[in-house]
Amino acid sequence: MRYVPALAATVFAIGVWQVIVSLTGLPRFILPGPLLVAETWWQNRAVIAEHTLITAIEVLIGLGCGAALGIATAIQLATSRMARVLVQPMLVFTQALPVFALAPILTLWLGYGLWSKVAMAVLIIYFPVTSSFFDGLMRTPPGYLDLARTMQASPRAVLWHIRVPAALPSLASGLRLAAVYAPIGAVIGEWVGASKGLGYLMLLANGRAKTDLMFAAMLTLGVFSVLLHIAVRKATTRMAGEGH
Amino acid sequence: MTPAPGITVEGQATIDGAQLFAPLSLSLAAGQWTCLLGGSGVGKSTVLRLIAGLRTGADFDGIIRASDGGEVVPRVGYMAQDDLLLPWATVTQNIILGARLRGEKPDTARLERLLGRVRLTDHAGKKPAELSGGQRQRVALARTLMEDKPVILLDEPFSALDARTRADMQDLAVELLRGRTVLLVTHDPGEAARLGHSIVVMSEAGLTPCAPPAAETPRKVDDLETLAAQGALLRLLREEAA
Repeated sequence: MRYVPALAATVFAIGVWQVIVSLTGLPRFILPGPLLVAETWWQNRAVIAEHTLITAIEVLIGLGCGAALGIATAIQLATSRMARVLVQPMLVFTQALPVFALAPILTLWLGYGLWSKVAMAVLIIYFPVTSSFFDGLMRTPPGYLDLARTMQASPRAVLWHIRVPAALPSLASGLRLAAVYAPIGAVIGEWVGASKGLGYLMLLANGRAKTDLMFAAMLTLGVFSVLLHIAVRKATTRMAGEGH
Repeated sequence: MTPAPGITVEGQATIDGAQLFAPLSLSLAAGQWTCLLGGSGVGKSTVLRLIAGLRTGADFDGIIRASDGGEVVPRVGYMAQDDLLLPWATVTQNIILGARLRGEKPDTARLERLLGRVRLTDHAGKKPAELSGGQRQRVALARTLMEDKPVILLDEPFSALDARTRADMQDLAVELLRGRTVLLVTHDPGEAARLGHSIVVMSEAGLTPCAPPAAETPRKVDDLETLAAQGALLRLLREEAA
């Protein structure tokens, strides 16, 4: 039932799109109609599937590595004052630098293949994961810490039994953000230099004025991102402390 | 449990140079309940936290010692107004938190016995969110008892409960904490009158010891002498504040 309004809005938007195309009579290389896009999508489904698979692999590896790195960094920062003093300013500085600007150099270093895109996805999600989990770790309810102190708990035990579990809802929101950002990172990487992936396919189709194929690839990317977001949301439900 | 020692606090506390409480001397008699009664902001929770070795934000100049000369902090159990139950852990996991934090094997026989005594055996696998406020405070009490410390510090643990549940909890706490040295910090004159073997009113002026009613604790809620003591304590609180 929850999806009914979203579905209705989508159908409505497609309808408006078709009406604009019919009324204005724009050429198909400027704005192809939804029917044409659907037809192109079906005809090219094998090609689109192949490129989607590549992008999906990049995004999933990037998400895994980025999340792991972010979690490890947040724990380091939360447990060591020294790390906070040294690393935190750098972390903020890396965010001041647009990730887009790094894409060409990453492609130069890591090549045209998978790893430059994985690196882009990692870079783009590293900060939101680190920062939300770190915030959660630093906001442990002080009463829990008092209690642990009267129980003669070691800082390590407090971290694993109290601070980390108490910060899991924050980590969940970081991971949900990461699921939205990771495909952006991978596609930017593909734009800068690639021979595979949905970003590459979009660029290729655009260059050849195959706007219908460009739209088909773009919509596939959109659907993939939404599905990824839903999957990560579901996977983090328990972590976020929802559903009980 | 080792025999409960008496505790003495002597000293003064300041926050950024401003006096929080003037030099005072508070003695907790061994194996007895001492109720420290006072309004908000007089520093009564600070006294409790100092004994527990917790951070207070105040500078304390003085000494805290046990009558047997041993260390105080490791022998202290603590219970706050907030039940401080971990929401992701079950009742059982919350009760054995101390052992888990120290990496020890929890005493399961003791756990079973305590669950029975706080009447939560049927709720052992539940999460705190599934319990009522009174049940949650009973879990917190069981967790405190699981630690088996001879000195128990209670920081307004019953003040968020409704009147009936509060009276039930007071009875249960007296029964289960018998023989331990207890400091109860409260702003409720009725609670102090029901539970204190000795009652001390804390205000800006310092500590004022008050005679407790003669009856055994927990005193009956409708015991006339207890009610009179409650009234006298409230009057004293109001006079001290004026």
